[in-house]
Amino acid sequence: MKGKITIDTSMCKSCQLCIGFCPKKNIVLSKELNSKGYFPAQIDPKKACTGCGICALMCPEAAIEVYRDDED
Amino acid sequence: MKKVYSRPKSLRPVSMHYCPGCGHSIIHRLIAELLDEMNLQDQAICVPPAGCAVLAYNYIDIDMVEAPHGRATAVATGVKRVRPGNLVFSYQGDGDLAAIGTAEALHAANRGEHITVIFVNNAVYGMTGGQMAPTSLIGQKTTTSPHGRTVAGEGPPIRVCELMAQLGGPSYLERVSVSSPANVRKTKAAIKKAFEYQINKCGFSLVEILSPCPTNWKMDAKASCTWIDEVMAKEFPLGVVKEVVC
Amino acid sequence: MTTKTKQLMYGTHAAGEAAIQAGCTCYFGYPITPQNELPEYMSRRLPEVGGVFIQAESELASINMVLGASVAGARAMTSSSSPGISLKQEGISFMAGMELPAVIVNIMRGGPGLGNIAPAQSDYFQATRGGGHGDYRTPVLAPASVQELADLTFLAFDMADQYRNPVLILGDGMLGQLMEPVIIPTRKKNEDLPEKDYILTGAKDRPARLVKSLILDVKEMEDHNWKLFRKYQRIEQNETRWESYNMENAEMAVIAYGTAARIARGAINRLRKEDANVRIGLIRPITLWPFPVRALRDAVKTTNDFFVFEMSTGQMVEDVRLALDGRGKIHFYGRPGGVVPTPAELARSMARHYYQSKRSRKK
Repeated sequence: MKGKITIDTSMCKSCQLCIGFCPKKNIVLSKELNSKGYFPAQIDPKKACTGCGICALMCPEAAIEVYRDDED
Repeated sequence: MKKVYSRPKSLRPVSMHYCPGCGHSIIHRLIAELLDEMNLQDQAICVPPAGCAVLAYNYIDIDMVEAPHGRATAVATGVKRVRPGNLVFSYQGDGDLAAIGTAEALHAANRGEHITVIFVNNAVYGMTGGQMAPTSLIGQKTTTSPHGRTVAGEGPPIRVCELMAQLGGPSYLERVSVSSPANVRKTKAAIKKAFEYQINKCGFSLVEILSPCPTNWKMDAKASCTWIDEVMAKEFPLGVVKEVVC
Repeated sequence: MTTKTKQLMYGTHAAGEAAIQAGCTCYFGYPITPQNELPEYMSRRLPEVGGVFIQAESELASINMVLGASVAGARAMTSSSSPGISLKQEGISFMAGMELPAVIVNIMRGGPGLGNIAPAQSDYFQATRGGGHGDYRTPVLAPASVQELADLTFLAFDMADQYRNPVLILGDGMLGQLMEPVIIPTRKKNEDLPEKDYILTGAKDRPARLVKSLILDVKEMEDHNWKLFRKYQRIEQNETRWESYNMENAEMAVIAYGTAARIARGAINRLRKEDANVRIGLIRPITLWPFPVRALRDAVKTTNDFFVFEMSTGQMVEDVRLALDGRGKIHFYGRPGGVVPTPAELARSMARHYYQSKRSRKK
């Protein structure tokens, strides 16, 4: 299964729940502040995402969109 | 690639005022997802609380009416009796439901009013700055229990689901939490079941959700979730507390 | 239940039936003497007409059920007596701020505190000066007979919908318990009332509605408060009601409302019977808010003596002083605590004051 997430960094409040619960530890904190003054979460481009959706399940801000290649 | 998840339509595309990692945001999101999935957005009516979630009406895009602190179940009763075809639910915190609103909550439950109560239990009074709640734990330090809650001083915490389960009236009472992915899924399933109880005219339902308050617990979001799993859930056991066959 | 024939009814029952004829479909209340007959009547009658009756767990709960029913579009009502009305103040303030219609009946009893169950008029301040918190007003209707209680209950629902405001009916234990012949007004839909475009019905084919009183932005709140104020000014212009009795050439004007006004009328008639030259009139406010200021200002052009009678230690008398604005002389006679003087007792006090004033005028 291949997957992808996008994070709306303007909505992110850096609670780090996605970072803490991602089973692959694929999400890290960005080093650039967003307009709210938080370091938002971002997907580590070097890591492969499965599209499991756990990050979006936890995200309090509904800031994450999840994409998945389903093998039908 | 197929989009498998995005922000629910019933959740307005605005930033919520809740603190980072606040359980209210997660729960609002779950409710909005269910309103979309169950096609309830155009018939739902919500009564938000006094508390951090007083501004829930800015986020969930449905008809809403404010209630005085604690009175949401009485207001919801009035609404549902006039509009039995609508999905009517109250959304209340531990002060709103378990302190000032206990009488209204117990009696609406006992009368078997066909409403759903979403009870967010974060063991503290968030909006007003972190005072003790009826559900604060023994030993928990808050701004009005600075040396930690004691049984002799403040009495033990109140288990709302178990208290309500003593009554003949309520139909479905479950306690869940939003402290982990598995638990968040269970919370969504419980809220869905509660809405179905109402839609199928099966009476009163309440879902108690153990919810993190990182700011007033003085922990980060992940540690708050761990505190729920390891400490809060010992005092407030998760699971179905009462379930009448619908 | 026919509504065109005269029948003997308790005040409380008449209020209940008038409410139903006015289209009230929801009653929420809690027992408290001396108005228990009203919830009891509604518990029997409302299911007969497909309405909703709940004996709530408290007066607090019942006013909030009224709030919910009102925001959902129904004509809703509650009732209580003095201490229970204290409990409702929060809900009334909220509904005033949210601009929701409701009818609240207070059958007053002796107070303060637990007081007693006898008739009194000690809630005038509570009724006319808000009672709850915030810058708001509620129209207050004060019937003096069972017929008027029925008529004003009927009117209250229209007034509440017209202005989107809670409306109070102020009776007392005597009126509630009295049985008198009454014709209940017949239901007819008032086509002139504004459409209820604010009610919650589920946001189908329209944007979601929000009914609230929380306005955190102070400038917005200021605007909202002045908007309410202008509404109250309109109510003052359009809804002030009073009755004058024997005021032509009156040398003394008695000011009294409700049961006190009935006693006063009886006292005046007694005195006129004893002495045909007695010239005492009665101004009976029917709306306590808005208070009939004009009636008093007109009266003081020809009458100098004002005898204010209340079954309290003096609450309406303050509005009389405000209305007269320094003109005229005010004498207050009060019987608080649930005491209901007879017309004979009142006549003695009235006469003493009337003849003394007359003598001092002659000097």
